[in-house]
Amino acid sequence: MNSNEIFDKLKSEFGDDIISLTEEKNYDPYITVKRKNIKQICLFLRDIDGLNFDYLVNLTGMDWGKELGVVYHLYSISLKHRIVLKVFLSKENPVIPSVERCWKSANWHEREAWDMFGIQFENHPNHIRILCPYDWEGHPLRKDYVEQETYHGMRVPV
Amino acid sequence: MGQRKTIEIDYGAVDTDRMRLNMGPQHPSTHGVLRLEVELEGEIVTEVVPHIGYLHRCFEKTCEFMTYPQVIPYVDRLDYISSMNNEWPFVMGVEKLLGIQIPEKIEYIRVILAELNRIANHQIAVATFGMDSGAFTPFLYLFRDREMILDLFEKCSGGRLLYNYFWVGGLQHDIPPTFKEDCLAIIKKVRETNAEVNNLLIKNKIFIERITNIGILPADVAINFGCSGPVLRGSGVPYDLRKDEPYSIYDRFDFNVIVGEGAMGTLGDCWDRNIVRVNEMEESCKIIEQAIAQMPDEAVDVRALVPKRVKTPKGEIYCKTENPKGELGFYIVSDGSTQPYRMRTRATSFINLSVLPEISKGYMISDLIMILGSIDIVLGEVDR
Amino acid sequence: MGLLDRLDNPYEIDGFFLGTVEDLLNWGRSKSDWYLSFGLACCAIEFMAINASHFDLMRFGSIPRATPRQADFIIISGTVTLKMADRIKKLYEQMSEPKYVMSMGSCSNSGGPYWEHGYHVLKGVDRIIPVDVYVPGCPPRPEAFFEGMIKLQNLINNQAIFRKRSSMSAEELAQLEERNQKQKEYMERAAIEYENYQETLKTGGMQNPDYNGKYTINLPKIRMIDHE
Repeated sequence: MNSNEIFDKLKSEFGDDIISLTEEKNYDPYITVKRKNIKQICLFLRDIDGLNFDYLVNLTGMDWGKELGVVYHLYSISLKHRIVLKVFLSKENPVIPSVERCWKSANWHEREAWDMFGIQFENHPNHIRILCPYDWEGHPLRKDYVEQETYHGMRVPV
Repeated sequence: MGQRKTIEIDYGAVDTDRMRLNMGPQHPSTHGVLRLEVELEGEIVTEVVPHIGYLHRCFEKTCEFMTYPQVIPYVDRLDYISSMNNEWPFVMGVEKLLGIQIPEKIEYIRVILAELNRIANHQIAVATFGMDSGAFTPFLYLFRDREMILDLFEKCSGGRLLYNYFWVGGLQHDIPPTFKEDCLAIIKKVRETNAEVNNLLIKNKIFIERITNIGILPADVAINFGCSGPVLRGSGVPYDLRKDEPYSIYDRFDFNVIVGEGAMGTLGDCWDRNIVRVNEMEESCKIIEQAIAQMPDEAVDVRALVPKRVKTPKGEIYCKTENPKGELGFYIVSDGSTQPYRMRTRATSFINLSVLPEISKGYMISDLIMILGSIDIVLGEVDR
Repeated sequence: MGLLDRLDNPYEIDGFFLGTVEDLLNWGRSKSDWYLSFGLACCAIEFMAINASHFDLMRFGSIPRATPRQADFIIISGTVTLKMADRIKKLYEQMSEPKYVMSMGSCSNSGGPYWEHGYHVLKGVDRIIPVDVYVPGCPPRPEAFFEGMIKLQNLINNQAIFRKRSSMSAEELAQLEERNQKQKEYMERAAIEYENYQETLKTGGMQNPDYNGKYTINLPKIRMIDHE
């Protein structure tokens, strides 16, 4: 199934929650969706025959400068097709429902996105930092990140 | 085979308490600085909580300050056991953005080196897995042979472990004149030693008894957890990017995708994951033989297409290859400058490790070591 | 100067060898350095290769120990992150004196490639523990590591173990006297206890009034089950 058919199927089911499909040069085809029903959209993509996206390849937190975002790379092992979902979040209130119930691999990915970007995932079973120490300050991969001066008495910047 | 005696212990007479045990970050069997918080009921594992990040080297942040060619050495240091394989998806992604078509001979060289590095990686994986179970001799045999592969890499790139050899648009240097003979000598030696290790370790009854029927990972769980590589193939799912979505020139070679069959016990146990690695070495040897036979003879300037200044057009690309440990992908977001705007790594070991708490419940604490060894993680890639 | 470097034999008798006790101890220590089996990052893989058959570190008399209590030196083989730094400090403190630190690779020397933008990397392990030998390289070749190993052996060989009384202050001398006195008392007490023990052996071994020959131990019931 190609990206147009996937887009049509999603559009007929979710309507306004699906914003657009982008197919440009140098871009993998991606569908922009609203954050509110992302869990239902993912369950739909996973379970409906003909879509069967059983494999979450990658979940990326993004800082687009003005706003934050989450990018989902999906793949179907049984049907061998791919799609990319994109969600944009405001910087003031970066909250998005967790898709951990759809794919277990999202658990650690979402913890990393919280650690690195401060994106909050609703109903996540273990919403704590993963790579940085548990008492670290700030979210390092944000573009406006400033390193803390010391950590446990050790100097952090050069 | 297939029959297995298990001991069931009736704990009625013994009063056991729940105990929380800390394992690592300094522990000889955690393959790096991994910390496991284990909850035990007697000797039975009831819960495993991995704590990672002890080797978090800020790879993704550093990339945002580096130009594309400068990123390649950092990519090397992700999965430092198979550096050649790591460079490939990144270089391929940038080439795709720039629209560079690589000469055929360079593609062949890349295939050969990547497959050689796959062999080296599986040699370490099998060697350390054997050492975890108490077999020290195969470790010495396999490390001796690995030196032959490292010697060839050193002739090519000048580095023993980290190479910086695949460049955007070509290679760092041309291959040495004795390249083909060296490769064939390595393959011969690898096959000899594999036969030896098969007798010594893989078909050893003690070893088989030790690793069958533990750490069973069913196929649907493996897919749901996003596993890839030998971990997924060990559960019987023939997912291999070299066959499913052939990149580079992999569609020209005849090789099999090895999957676990549950030959010694249940499908998806530690034995299956291990035997996939052992048999993949032979498949890699087959690919290298075919590549050497097909490789064009005429000399090619490996730096002819290397751009003076890598400036990619605006775009987002997810580029992936089949690494020894599984699918390694780079999600490169370019804003049209010489530096990546964002570099996201789909780190194989990171995702494969997340399945550990799921598959180690209900086994003994000593089995936990074997299950961890069978996943074959590298902490540089887990923590980035 | 090591013990074996003393080639002069002033008495000209075969099998006779003149040296100080210090030289003998240092010779023994430098030829049996036991290291803590501990790896951090890329350098640890290179270190595994050094340990394996091709390069064979054991010819230096070095064997891996899994616990810091039994180790003479620790090899910091890789990038030290801030999360790991506390652990490394603890490992170093757990080692018994005399202890040495070898920093292997650029990362633990100075932060290496992660020096500028690595917000989570400690820029040099010498910021938290004292380092004796630095081995450069990213990762160092095995030959470079062996040079560092020889440097460490030389360091141990030239180390002063004993101090002369003439170089001590009055306070230190008093402490020394106190310690010697305590040791003397302990030895006397031990001699008396040993005599008492010999006496009890003559009268038929140790008598434990609680023991009535009927210890019972509750063993778990183990049954074997065949799985087809």
